[in-house]
Amino acid sequence: MNSLTLLNVAAVALRVNLLRSILTMLGIIIGVAAVIIMLALGAGARYDVDQQIKSLGGNVFVVFARGRFMGGAREASGSSQGLTEMDALAIEQQIPQVNVAAPTLRASGQLIYGNLNWAPEIHGVDNRIYAAQSWQVVEGRTFSDTELNTAARVAVIGQTVKRELFGAGDALGQTVRVNKMPVTIIGVLNSKGQNTQGNDQDDLIFMPLDTVRKRIAGMTLSSPKAIRAIIVQVEDERDMADVEQQMDSLLRQRLRSSDSEPPFRIRNLSEMIATRSETMQIFNGLLAAVASVSLLVGGIGIMNIMLVSVTERTREIGLRMAVGAEPKVIMKQFLIEAVLLCGLGGAIGLALAVAVSLSLQYFAGFTAIIELYVVLMSVGFSCLIGIFFGYYPATKAAGLQPIDALRYE
Amino acid sequence: MATAVIATRALEKHYQMGGQHLRALKGIDVSIAAGEFVAVMGPSGSGKSTFMNLLGCLDSPSLGQILLQGEDVTTLSAAQLARVRNKYIGFVFQQFNLLPRTTALDNVMLPLLYSTTPKHQAISRATECLQLVGLAQRMDHHPSQLSGGQQQRVAIARALVNQPALLLADEPTGALDTETGLEIMQLFQQLHQQGKTIVLVTHEPDIAAFASRQLMFRDGELIGDKGSQPQSAAAALQHFRQQRLAETAT
Repeated sequence: MNSLTLLNVAAVALRVNLLRSILTMLGIIIGVAAVIIMLALGAGARYDVDQQIKSLGGNVFVVFARGRFMGGAREASGSSQGLTEMDALAIEQQIPQVNVAAPTLRASGQLIYGNLNWAPEIHGVDNRIYAAQSWQVVEGRTFSDTELNTAARVAVIGQTVKRELFGAGDALGQTVRVNKMPVTIIGVLNSKGQNTQGNDQDDLIFMPLDTVRKRIAGMTLSSPKAIRAIIVQVEDERDMADVEQQMDSLLRQRLRSSDSEPPFRIRNLSEMIATRSETMQIFNGLLAAVASVSLLVGGIGIMNIMLVSVTERTREIGLRMAVGAEPKVIMKQFLIEAVLLCGLGGAIGLALAVAVSLSLQYFAGFTAIIELYVVLMSVGFSCLIGIFFGYYPATKAAGLQPIDALRYE
Repeated sequence: MATAVIATRALEKHYQMGGQHLRALKGIDVSIAAGEFVAVMGPSGSGKSTFMNLLGCLDSPSLGQILLQGEDVTTLSAAQLARVRNKYIGFVFQQFNLLPRTTALDNVMLPLLYSTTPKHQAISRATECLQLVGLAQRMDHHPSQLSGGQQQRVAIARALVNQPALLLADEPTGALDTETGLEIMQLFQQLHQQGKTIVLVTHEPDIAAFASRQLMFRDGELIGDKGSQPQSAAAALQHFRQQRLAETAT
């Protein structure tokens, strides 16, 4: 008797007790559906968090110029200029995993428009800053090459600055004074809201690097191309450690530094990512626990019904043995029945999970992502449950003596 | 003497029941030749059912030997016994033991599922056997759609489908009314005339009289073994029907 015939026999046996088969499968159906839905919502939540962290810059390094020791007194970070625009260019060009490396300067100052004033963060940037920090210009435009090269008096402002100085009015083309210098607004950034520390990310103004360097900072700069920081965006978060190492050696080489304390400092948001993955692990652990409990209960249901089925069909087993079924064939028949129950239950549970996930996504606004491995794992696992919980009843059936089984009332 | 279909030598079966040692069979020597129609008789507890189970290779003896077509089947494993039953023995039971919600044809095919017979051959042989027992028109019926007599005919077809050397029937008329029982006995006599070897267990002397040889058991011992000219079941059936007709007329 080959396995195909046995499969057929098992299918007939399940069809004969259709209602009972469906009720038995229900445990597995609900278990598998619950597992898949929870994992889908978990994956969706993870995706959402990833997107959020990406928008905050989870794949971003900031390289600061470090304050140097000057006769024993240590200057503030970034006050002594070691880094230049060339270093930013070198990072971008020589480290393949780096998307973009944007040089920046910072200055402080007061913005005055009409009778209003405001003091945002003033950043000297070039056009790479938009890619490096995922900014979009929602009104107006970015700097032109001429503006960048000629230290033009133009600025792109954040939403908070726009609100504080212009209210609901139009900001584009207006002139504000920055430390008494008139500057024309040519663009407005999109809104990012608060970061995880509660700081307003929209409270800033971008101006060309040279404009800040020459016209606002009043800094005494050690080099005409000096910058304060480089914002480095990496293509793939997983390359962060590698990129950090490459940047470190590249910058040490370029700045001719062999000290234990180089004249720069590399910072990133890896702490945040570490926290995220820790939270996710706890979350996934909980899901796995709930999942295994529901599948366990389903599996016990299968064993229960299979035991009832063996008892109820004792005479049938006796007859099959009398007409020539070997014990191992009987065993196989009941195992296949259990696996078929669980496999079918798993498949139906999967279909249910897909339906529920999709409706949750459309009607309740959840992000649900069903990954292929989850599908394969849950259906495969439910078949394993069938083997595991079907084994004992099948052994019981195979161990029956044909005469006792035939006489069973 | 030609090789017997089945022979027993000093066959004993012992049971352990509630600490008590029970000798259900006490040294039985019987040889059944091809083409015989044997009735095994005796009151309940006489050991006739135990004897039947041993002949059917459903159980192993405690002592002694069973030779099936000259081969010793005494010490075979459960799996080997299953193959022997599948190949050489056909069973008919008192309670028919058909699979519910399964067509007559599939019921008859059941023993062939456990052999290496190809499916198309299994179907043609099962069809032949159903024709032989007169149920060619009811192959697609489920047991619940058949009368008791028809169900027993399906069971007989199932017992014949593997062309067994030995047909074993355990009280085949026990669950049937007299008339249907006689019809079934008529069928067994027809099979006997076609050369089948049949062993039939019964406690009714009337039924045993249709066989050509009677074995009497009492307290685990064989106390009688006689051959006789079998009565005709067809004649008995005719007589029964005439009598009933006469009763309804009066």
